Amino acid sequence: MTFPGGRRGLAVLAAVLVAVAAIAWLAWPSDGPPQGEDVVIPVVDGPADDQKVLIDASYFPPEGGGRAPAVLLGHGFGGSKNSVRDQAGQLAEQGYAVLTWSARGFGRSTGEIALNSPDYEVKDVKQLIDWLAAKPDVLLDAAGDPRVGMAGGSYGGAIALMTAAHDPRVDAIAPSITWYDLADALFPEASGAGPATGVFKKMWAGIFFSAGGSGLNPASQADGLARLLGGSSAQPAPTEITPEQAQCGRFLPAICTVYQQIAATGKATPEAIDLLRKSSPVSVQGKIKIPSLIIQGQRDSLFPLGHADLNAKAIAATGAPVEVAWIAGGHDGGDGETDFVFDQTLSWFDTYLKKTGAATGQAFTVSRDGGRDPGTRQNVLLHAEGTSYAGLGGTVTTQLDLLGPDQEVATPPGGSPAAISSVPGLGGLLGGGGGGSSAGASLDLPGQVATFETRPLDTALTVTGSPTAEIKVYGAGEVTLFAKLYDAASGQLAVLPGGLAAPLRVTASAAGTPVKVALPAIDRRIEPGHVLRLSVTTTDMAYALPAQPSVHTVGLGSTTLTMPVDAGLVAPPSGPAWWTWAFPLASIIAAAVILLTGRPRRADIAPDAALAEVPLAITGLTKRYKNGHKAVDDLSFRVEKGQVLGLLGPNGAGKTTTMRMMMGLIHPDAGEIRIFGAKVVPGAPVLSRLGSFVEGPGFLPHLSGRANLELYWQATGRPAADAHMEEALEIAGLGAAVERATRTYSQGMRQRLAIAQAMLGLPDLLVLDEPTNGLDPPQIAEMRRVLRSYATEGRTVIVSSHLLGEVEQTCSHAVVMHRGRLVSAGTVADLLKRGDLNGSTRLEDVFLDLIGEKA
Amino acid sequence: MTATGYSPGRTLPLRVEFVRQFRRRRTMVMFALLAALPWILVIAFQFGPNNNNGGSGLRISDLATEGGLNFAAFALSVSASFLLMVAVALFCGDTVASEANWSSLRYLLAAPIPRDRLLRQKLIVALTYSAAAVTVVPVMAVLAGTITFGWNDVRVPGTGEVIAAVDVLPKFGIVILYAMVTNLVVASLAFLLSVSTDSPLGAVGGAVGLVIVSTILQAVEALGGLREFLPTFWNTAWLDALAPVPDYSGMIKGSAVAVTYAAVLLALAFRRFRRKDVVS
Repeated sequence: MTFPGGRRGLAVLAAVLVAVAAIAWLAWPSDGPPQGEDVVIPVVDGPADDQKVLIDASYFPPEGGGRAPAVLLGHGFGGSKNSVRDQAGQLAEQGYAVLTWSARGFGRSTGEIALNSPDYEVKDVKQLIDWLAAKPDVLLDAAGDPRVGMAGGSYGGAIALMTAAHDPRVDAIAPSITWYDLADALFPEASGAGPATGVFKKMWAGIFFSAGGSGLNPASQADGLARLLGGSSAQPAPTEITPEQAQCGRFLPAICTVYQQIAATGKATPEAIDLLRKSSPVSVQGKIKIPSLIIQGQRDSLFPLGHADLNAKAIAATGAPVEVAWIAGGHDGGDGETDFVFDQTLSWFDTYLKKTGAATGQAFTVSRDGGRDPGTRQNVLLHAEGTSYAGLGGTVTTQLDLLGPDQEVATPPGGSPAAISSVPGLGGLLGGGGGGSSAGASLDLPGQVATFETRPLDTALTVTGSPTAEIKVYGAGEVTLFAKLYDAASGQLAVLPGGLAAPLRVTASAAGTPVKVALPAIDRRIEPGHVLRLSVTTTDMAYALPAQPSVHTVGLGSTTLTMPVDAGLVAPPSGPAWWTWAFPLASIIAAAVILLTGRPRRADIAPDAALAEVPLAITGLTKRYKNGHKAVDDLSFRVEKGQVLGLLGPNGAGKTTTMRMMMGLIHPDAGEIRIFGAKVVPGAPVLSRLGSFVEGPGFLPHLSGRANLELYWQATGRPAADAHMEEALEIAGLGAAVERATRTYSQGMRQRLAIAQAMLGLPDLLVLDEPTNGLDPPQIAEMRRVLRSYATEGRTVIVSSHLLGEVEQTCSHAVVMHRGRLVSAGTVADLLKRGDLNGSTRLEDVFLDLIGEKA
Repeated sequence: MTATGYSPGRTLPLRVEFVRQFRRRRTMVMFALLAALPWILVIAFQFGPNNNNGGSGLRISDLATEGGLNFAAFALSVSASFLLMVAVALFCGDTVASEANWSSLRYLLAAPIPRDRLLRQKLIVALTYSAAAVTVVPVMAVLAGTITFGWNDVRVPGTGEVIAAVDVLPKFGIVILYAMVTNLVVASLAFLLSVSTDSPLGAVGGAVGLVIVSTILQAVEALGGLREFLPTFWNTAWLDALAPVPDYSGMIKGSAVAVTYAAVLLALAFRRFRRKDVVS
């Protein structure tokens, strides 16, 4: 089998085939994740176990067959089982039996939303576990007790916690961005007074509530909101909506009533707190005793990090293994780290359900800003890890001094205009695009804010947890305040980490009411030179604000700002990746190998002393070109000092190839050329005794003739005095044209200049290829004279030509070549004598006779 | 054995090669173009409507008229991705191929200049011209920007933060150095092509072509982490050096990738040239 180009062609073909195969392998459509089978599971729930509900579920059998542990995957508020379809498919591919379902009141499931109540949703899920226990491909711990884990975000995370408390069959959970106390989430109070005096988080509550009605009226379901809360619902609107439905959506009437009450007054009633806490892990403390991975978001003003802290502490108190992870995003947007959450959840279940994986031992993971990826210009995250979870107080604390006078703050009538810390439902809008950064910009209004600052930091400080400060509020009556801790530096916008504010409800007094403020839990590195700024404002857009105007004075209760630090958290090495030094090193080694193996061997080029006085000795010279043509075939001849040798042959005889090999431009396949005894290899120093003109002139077209010659001589590195420049220029005979750029020269002028260049330094051996081409008759005659006289001073000249008259008149000796082989060598006179025998003394006839083409 | 006064170590002095290349129209035109570019941009900014769209999302082009250094950063950002790369490809791709094209290569080799030495000297000269090309644009842009817009502190794109001019100046040095290092890949590929072909256009075009292909592949997100090893992937990493908190990790990665490619390509160029039959 032959390819054009031989071995090289084969190599190229192979490379192309490999490339095509690789692209095909990468681009081949994969099967995609399993889609699961839709099932409707009838359940009975309610306080009296008398309400029949149809749960719309999807079952994803485990890949790989056999009995596998099961995972119940819950969806976020406003979503449905379809919101978690992809994750379910991925988990099934990892060998889990996965059941997703639309919670009652969502998607196609019937019933009304009861906010993960033990009487409703928890009972439903217990019956889903019963259903799983009956599946033939689910691993059972005992009859009716499947090996089952639960995971989900937000609403789906809370059902995992609540079911774990009420059903001992659940073996492990991985809830994310969810609540510990729903009452506290909606009525937070940062001095620890509890939800009864908390400030109503009206925007989140409103969004939460309206998302519960989205199934009734898709038109009202703002896309962005539904996405944030865990996906959109495809339920078509029923044809008729009763006024009650319009008011309450798909909520249980009891919950709807409570909501309307608190939303109207902005105050938590005891019934409301009781109802919300029934749906919260706070009411089942000590009952969750199974391995729990608690994931919470750093950009989450709905369920801030404190909820994860309390969940983790309550579960850890029972002795169950608990790990905590703070991801970058949250309900306020940012990077939700879907892949990271999935990987963590999977390894958690591998450890505690499959019992194959080993626990990582990293009890606490925090996602930190890893700067921007220079290639993609995207923010990247690092995951700092610690072996123990220290809580919001940190392992150690750093005390900073706060400075600032007492300041008057006004509460505007009607609570407007209001400061902005985060805008629920529009996460990331203020954070400069969100991304992985936990930074957020926010707006305080003059006249409504009191600020206190630390001195610029001397060293960087990484705060992990909830900073604390103490303020005093002077005046009369109740005031609503919001405390925020900014990271500020001159020349930059102050950053409010996570866009989080700590709401306070204080009863002011003339002597000043001291308030200890637990500021929002954050993880942030404060750079040296930055200051921390405590702002206390009277308004925040996300909260219910008093309608009556008032003025109070805010001062510092203590000058100490306590910053928690988790010394155990170790950021992964952020130094350069291993390959940044390994690749260049490997490459330089490879380069050295490439260069060293390519070195020509110097062993066999020792000079031959016997030939030291012989200008040229060629023995057995052979050159075959890549296309197979044998240009020179076993050529041998010698040239002695003082000779003018004519190299004769028709076109294609191999004259030029031979001359190129003399110059070290072409590597011979066999045989050798010795000039004054030294073997010719590329760049052999003996070539400095050779002057050459082969296959036309070679000049830099932009330079003058003189500059070309001068620069050429300078390039040889030899002394300028040795050049004999003027003699050479005389031979060229260019006159004034020598100062013009060579691109303006005629063929003959270039030819003469090139021969002059070959004669620079008066080389001992001069090799000229067709020197008289393009010259006019007087110039030819002059050139003949020059060549003959050149050889008289013990120098040697080799002239190739296909013009016989040329050789006859110039040369003393001649070598005749034909088809790469030597045909005849000797003096021109001897050659002509051979002609005598054949009846013609014309060189032309002798020549034609020699090459076998006699007419 | 050799002609008097000949020593391989003295052949083709750098000065000679500098002169040989400098008098070429190609060199002059390229430098004139690079030096004129900042002035052309200045004129363009003078003419254009002043669309100060302030607020969020400040782009580097919105801030170009803030001052000399801001203008230089802008000029570098618009020229680094293509113009400078073409200049580097030109200086390195043309250097041997054009000699082959003019037939002067064979006379240099028969002078004789040892092949490794010829290549080394040519590489040094080509890289020096490339480095000069990379330096001309920002330096001229600082000059043009300062004359036109004044010597002001730098405003950072995106956030609009301000950094003192004196703090940024040394970082500009790092940026220019980094631009040179990233262009090593183009330079070495152009050089390898230059010793492999007699056509200067082929060598320059081949190197530019590779950059275009690499830039296209870079946009294919499906390649994921593999893209980090594309020769052009880190070309804009120098922007991180001008941020309020400079981040050099991308520049370290970019330099590593550039050196990795360049070392192998240059070694291949030398090996190829040693073994090559010069038939041009």
